[in-house]
Amino acid sequence: MKKLALPLAAAALAGCPGAPLDSLGENYAAIVVASYEDSIAAATDMDAAIDGFLGAPDAAGLTAAKDAWLDAREPYLQTEVYRFYDGPIDALPDEVEGLLNAWPMDENYIDYVDGDLPGAFSGIVNDASVTIDADTLAGLNGEGGDGNVATGYHALEFLLWGQDMSATGPGERSFEDYTTLENADRRGDYLAVTSDLLITHLNQVADQWADGAAYRTEWDGLDGIDALERILTGMIVLSGFETGGERARAALLSGDQEDEHSCFSDNTHRDMVQDVVGVLNVWEGVYTRTDGSTVTGTGVYDVVAAQNQELADTVDARVRESVTLAEAIQAPFDQEIAPGNAAGNARVQAFVDSLFEQESVLFDVFTEFGLTIELEE
Amino acid sequence: MGRLSAAVARVARPLSLALALSAWGVGCERLDLAALEDGEWLPGGETTNTRLLGGNAFITPAANLESDTRDQFFLGDSFFDQAWVEAPGGTAARDGLGPLFNARACSGCHARDGRAPGPDGDDVLGALVRLSIGPDGLPEPTYGGQLQDLAVADVPSEGRVVVTWEEAPGTYGDGMSYSLRRPTISIDELPHGPFADDVRMSLRVAPQMVGLGLLEAILEADLDARVDPDDADGDGISGVRAVVVDSETGQLATGRFGWKAEQPRVITQSAGAFAGDLGVTSRLVPADDCTPVQADCLDAPNGGDPELEEHLLQAVAIYAATLAVPVRRDWDEDEVLRGKLLFGQSGCDACHTPSYVTGESAVDELEGQLIWPYTDLLLHDMGEELSDDRPLPHADGSEWKTPPLWSLGLIPGVNLHDHLLHDGRARGVAEAILWHGGEGQEARDAFVELAAEDRDALVRFVESL
Repeated sequence: MKKLALPLAAAALAGCPGAPLDSLGENYAAIVVASYEDSIAAATDMDAAIDGFLGAPDAAGLTAAKDAWLDAREPYLQTEVYRFYDGPIDALPDEVEGLLNAWPMDENYIDYVDGDLPGAFSGIVNDASVTIDADTLAGLNGEGGDGNVATGYHALEFLLWGQDMSATGPGERSFEDYTTLENADRRGDYLAVTSDLLITHLNQVADQWADGAAYRTEWDGLDGIDALERILTGMIVLSGFETGGERARAALLSGDQEDEHSCFSDNTHRDMVQDVVGVLNVWEGVYTRTDGSTVTGTGVYDVVAAQNQELADTVDARVRESVTLAEAIQAPFDQEIAPGNAAGNARVQAFVDSLFEQESVLFDVFTEFGLTIELEE
Repeated sequence: MGRLSAAVARVARPLSLALALSAWGVGCERLDLAALEDGEWLPGGETTNTRLLGGNAFITPAANLESDTRDQFFLGDSFFDQAWVEAPGGTAARDGLGPLFNARACSGCHARDGRAPGPDGDDVLGALVRLSIGPDGLPEPTYGGQLQDLAVADVPSEGRVVVTWEEAPGTYGDGMSYSLRRPTISIDELPHGPFADDVRMSLRVAPQMVGLGLLEAILEADLDARVDPDDADGDGISGVRAVVVDSETGQLATGRFGWKAEQPRVITQSAGAFAGDLGVTSRLVPADDCTPVQADCLDAPNGGDPELEEHLLQAVAIYAATLAVPVRRDWDEDEVLRGKLLFGQSGCDACHTPSYVTGESAVDELEGQLIWPYTDLLLHDMGEELSDDRPLPHADGSEWKTPPLWSLGLIPGVNLHDHLLHDGRARGVAEAILWHGGEGQEARDAFVELAAEDRDALVRFVESL
């Protein structure tokens, strides 16, 4: 008889008081809440730096705003592992993820690009018929499908750095874009509004994880095995499909200098690191906050180890290896993937290979707990 | 399928059921249930996705891909999923959007590799309107063969599409009522003046992407076996192959993709969609969809010649060919097996042919698979109610290709709607059946006369595919 395999072992565990599976969801939610709090705090710091820059634009102020953007990316990227199971970050119909982190940017949808002539600049910034306010920009983000990026981290990145036309460094936007260049005021408005919107959208996600919110209540009511399924789904898809496949392997194969996730700032190497650190956080049940304190509790590791220590050790080694390989990737990422850079290509490929293996062993965990649809012979 | 073979098939089912039941050691025979056939729970054979369901049910690569193919899958995925940008862009491989377009990414319409809900009011993302004039389906002279409602900066879009729905009530044989809705398309804000007087329009939604390479690998001979243009067997069903031009070979070929089977292969379908829907040119479709009247469109900057580099076209085609069909759910439940029996008894399988063994494929992993798509890929007259009144050289207004039924039941989980048929008019499987006319009339009438619990069982079976 062909049937869904029963999660027998998991069911047995769930019936056992104090079993790791019973406290997995609770600690996971604590990590989610803490990491979104950190993301919001860092975005708020960035917003202050942007406001400071716009108040009296100069080179130092622009540098400070860019540094704040880089800092804001660190905690947010660690939250990407909460995607892919229709949770608050990417559930339809809102799909807030697209408002926060959509990529790639259609630069000339927002502002002038290389080759535009003065007086004929492209983009919303240079189109006086478009009002620059929160409603308008958030509305434009949806037009033409998922990827029409008018808001989010990468819109801010473009407004701070400009297009990256340099082989060795990031984009080189001048602070004068916000003083003397045409439509400087509108450009500043766009930057300020987009920064505010980022905080709004982060809160929209975080609020759904707050105690008493509808999603959090649903989450708290889940059986441990169902929480495990969601958690693993995010880990699996972010590891293999999203980071290993779509972002790293595809960039390597296309070999395009700017076919990278954070192309304006040349910060893609940090995207890779923090994404897999996010997986490690959930795996070990430990999140190190921006202030150095930790949130600690049951991780997926504990759940797996209670049932199959050997598998837990295999996954543990793999997840840590992926972080090590991510950290070995050198900046800028666009030069690592350039055709002819054999050593750089090899570093990225080693990372990709590790992530595909990580996906595979995480699927083994899925199977271990009966979460795959198993077909008896 | 002819009457004779259909009858043989129906006789054969209880026999195989008995064999199967005894093989499982089940004591009693259930004549009200169809047999569970070997492998039918794996609609894509060894390629089937048995891992991720829910919102991610359609995103996984075929389960048996070798690493080289998997590489191409991910490269293609990135260019399917991510947005194209206006030229010139810093991401040089991804610029070339437009000048005219319906969406910025393939995934704009095929969200999560799934199906678009169909338009509502002026929210039309995921749908497009095909245009033509005359009995031969020539492009509309000013706006071309497809209305693109979006455009890059400094180029006017081709207009605003608004779709409204009108409800019409009906009644099942047992007196239970239903309501069907029909779209009305209106297009305004036309920048270059009105359409030609005899313009014809056809609204089309983006279907789910799974299993396409398997459909391409169905043997031509297996399709031919079901062709019956003059209804020689007198069963009221006269499937014909769509004969179309392959944009790569220039030769005539059997159309398999598109609501009217306009394209023969995944790569030609992909190149056609890149050009028509995104405004991205490729080796197979080297020119943007600008008519001579559209000077701004013709003068707009482009993102390379072609805009979609050849190796990326190949990768996207491999991606589109290797998205895995998900495993069936509840395939061995009594209600589902009863629905399967009713599906056959109602004659649905005369066009929705259950299974094939695939032949040659450009992707080795797709070859020799036992698949269960429930389609004959042929064109059938579906009656006046479904006609778009827009004749093409290879298909009349009332002719539509039998769409595969696999994975339909997962669309609500992926895309939060259950809308079916070419323009998304049907809300769920039952309404889709009720729209069947022409060659599908008899099967539709049989469904209408079923008891409510039998209709539910048949629908549940289709949703389990």
